[in-house]
Amino acid sequence: MPLETIVAGIMLVSLIFYALLAGADYGGGVWDLFAFGTRAKQQRELIAKAISPVWEANHVWLILVIVILFTAFPPAFATAATALHIPLTLMLIGIVLRGTAFTFRTYDSKHDRVQRRWSLLFSIASIITPIVLGITLGAIASGTIRVENNAVTSGFFASWLALFPFAVGFFALALFAFLAAVYLTLETNDRQLQEDFRNRALVAGAVVGILALIVFLLAATGAPTVRAGISRSRWALALHILTAIFASGAFLALWTRRFRWAQICAAAQVSLILAGWAFAQYPFLIEPDITITTAAAPRITLQLLLGALGVGAVLLFPSYYYLFRVFKRKNTLIAIRENPDKVIG
Amino acid sequence: MDDLLAARSQMAMSLAFHIIFAAIGIAMPLLMVIAEWRYLRTKDEIYLTLAKRWAKGTSILFAVGAVSGTVLSFELGLLFPKFMGYAGAIIGMPFSLEGFAFFTEAIFLGIYLYGWDRISPRKHLFAGVIVALSGAASGVFVVIANAWMNTPAGFRIVNGQLTEIDPVAAMMNPNAFSQTLHMILAAYAATGFAVAGIHAFMLIRDPTNRFHRIALAIALSVGGVTAILQPLSGDILAKAVARNQPIKLAAFEGQFETETGAGVRIGGIPDEEKRETNYAITIPYGLSILAYGDPHSTVKGLNDFPQNEHPPVAIVHLAFQMMIGCGMLMLGIAAWSAWRFWRNRKNPAGKWIDSNRFLRALVCAAPLGFIAIETGWVVTEVGRQPWIIFGVMRTSEAVTPMPGLIVPFVTFTLLYIFLAIITGWLLLRQVAASPKEFEPAEANDAA
Repeated sequence: MPLETIVAGIMLVSLIFYALLAGADYGGGVWDLFAFGTRAKQQRELIAKAISPVWEANHVWLILVIVILFTAFPPAFATAATALHIPLTLMLIGIVLRGTAFTFRTYDSKHDRVQRRWSLLFSIASIITPIVLGITLGAIASGTIRVENNAVTSGFFASWLALFPFAVGFFALALFAFLAAVYLTLETNDRQLQEDFRNRALVAGAVVGILALIVFLLAATGAPTVRAGISRSRWALALHILTAIFASGAFLALWTRRFRWAQICAAAQVSLILAGWAFAQYPFLIEPDITITTAAAPRITLQLLLGALGVGAVLLFPSYYYLFRVFKRKNTLIAIRENPDKVIG
Repeated sequence: MDDLLAARSQMAMSLAFHIIFAAIGIAMPLLMVIAEWRYLRTKDEIYLTLAKRWAKGTSILFAVGAVSGTVLSFELGLLFPKFMGYAGAIIGMPFSLEGFAFFTEAIFLGIYLYGWDRISPRKHLFAGVIVALSGAASGVFVVIANAWMNTPAGFRIVNGQLTEIDPVAAMMNPNAFSQTLHMILAAYAATGFAVAGIHAFMLIRDPTNRFHRIALAIALSVGGVTAILQPLSGDILAKAVARNQPIKLAAFEGQFETETGAGVRIGGIPDEEKRETNYAITIPYGLSILAYGDPHSTVKGLNDFPQNEHPPVAIVHLAFQMMIGCGMLMLGIAAWSAWRFWRNRKNPAGKWIDSNRFLRALVCAAPLGFIAIETGWVVTEVGRQPWIIFGVMRTSEAVTPMPGLIVPFVTFTLLYIFLAIITGWLLLRQVAASPKEFEPAEANDAA
């Protein structure tokens, strides 16, 4: 396999990790906004406790994606940054507000009014950011970003200000909310809270299904090449069938309250959606003018980058495992719930 | 405001904002780790309280630093896409390594901030050490990339195309070592002085408070030692600039005429029309000695370079003077502190702190390091103009074709002003909530 394809594969894997980990953190913001009923306060606390120790680390996956993109495929980065200047800028504002509002809420006055204000900012930013992220990915898949002699010719609006990218945006939001609700069932031993998030996961799962259908239908005109890719490539088709199986599995597991299984199926479902998109779009990075091969950096850069990614992975995965072992074990979660004041020293 | 100026302003504003949080993110973990290490050695709860207090402040500042850093990594492409399209393959490497350093920092900071009761004290301290090391590593990698923009290396240009790309040689570019050394020391010095200044302020109101006395001693040790080393690293960097970017050195000094045995200017206002620098105190042979180590060496003036390659001389010169001035004041205060400490070595521990004049000086010195960092970056970045890659690509060639760039510039400026106000307010709350009289029970207390 050519080096550039391997690097592109690693970039895809990083994007999947971002969706699975940071995506769920955004989803947490969605459920913070939709916390209601007698247990609204407990729901919010559970979300905050699940996110607090890990969101900064989860966020770095996005930086990794961007860094791989501009190191290994500089023209693709330059093109995306030019054509998608506006949605990317909006996404950045969302990222800034989400992260800071969440931290400010932790350290500001504990008065309800102050807390509510930061919560609102946190959750609105958590909703807008995934939508805009989805819009940019939808625009890249749509085949409307055109390049001639390294210059973008399709303008600054046309590629993303369309039905299909927006449908992908809402689809991304629904997926993240779904992931978060599924994960949150495992973050607590409180049966009622578990039920709250089970119900939310079921609703979000249904919305994901509806939006998936809408995205698929819109792709016929909105992203014709990528949709053709699904039927053209046997791999892509197989991935989509697998996705459907895991989606049903997640639903079934939620229905029967097998939450660990629901988590595994939901994560597999989201990973396969992204992988399916990538396979359908292959070999294009930005369809139809920039491919993995035409955008690739010189061989020496790719070799060194792969070396760095290898060494980085050896350091990263054990550290990540440790982080999750410290904070995501059942008994620690119980300890956090029973003793919420001691979480922040 | 034209689009190029708006793009440059947005980048400058984003950097100027981020660099404060980045510098604190490098240095604060070291202070926390020292305090926690002292706790493990002495079992004195006051050190634990201090480590936890500092950790809270760090948590707020790190969050702002992380998101503003993310903004920068995108802005490189959003504002200067042709630069990234051209240079990504050459200097993506340090950014990739920085990505992993940042990963490590974020993971272990999460463990550090939320893991006090979850892991053993030794493991907790170890997590802090990793945060401190990876924070410094992040800074090193990012500054290496900036050094490359000043002294590009590791490629050849044939018919306008890049060939023979060598990312390792690019990372080993001529300014890499001196620039990273200077910036890392600056981060420790600035943060150390700022933290010492805050605790000095509290001590003026509450002179016997042990909490603030210990905090001041730790912060000033880190800030003082690095402030004493900083002029040496500045000298190394200035010599590198003299060798590799003589036009930039001339701008630092407001040196228009080429001169043998050139003097060094203190102060002075460059007049770019008349091509002379007025009102400066000149120390004979100073510049020749500082730049080349030889009083009779020749220093090239700006007039020897084409006009369209001149950076804005007045801004660069004034920023350079301010940076040096701040650095010298910090050096003086560091020396004064060391002298007070030595003179009181036989007196009860902490006696050296007891002087209102000394404490007031520390309060006044609190912002100096950050002024030096900001003006230092003006020197580096404006001094590099009109180039984005020195001698290779002009900033005007790299800017995005996107129109209306004033809109994102104003938006981000307002956003960052908002963040600065809130961050300042929350830190003030933390400082105001610091223990008046130290009670051991405080250590186990929650916020």
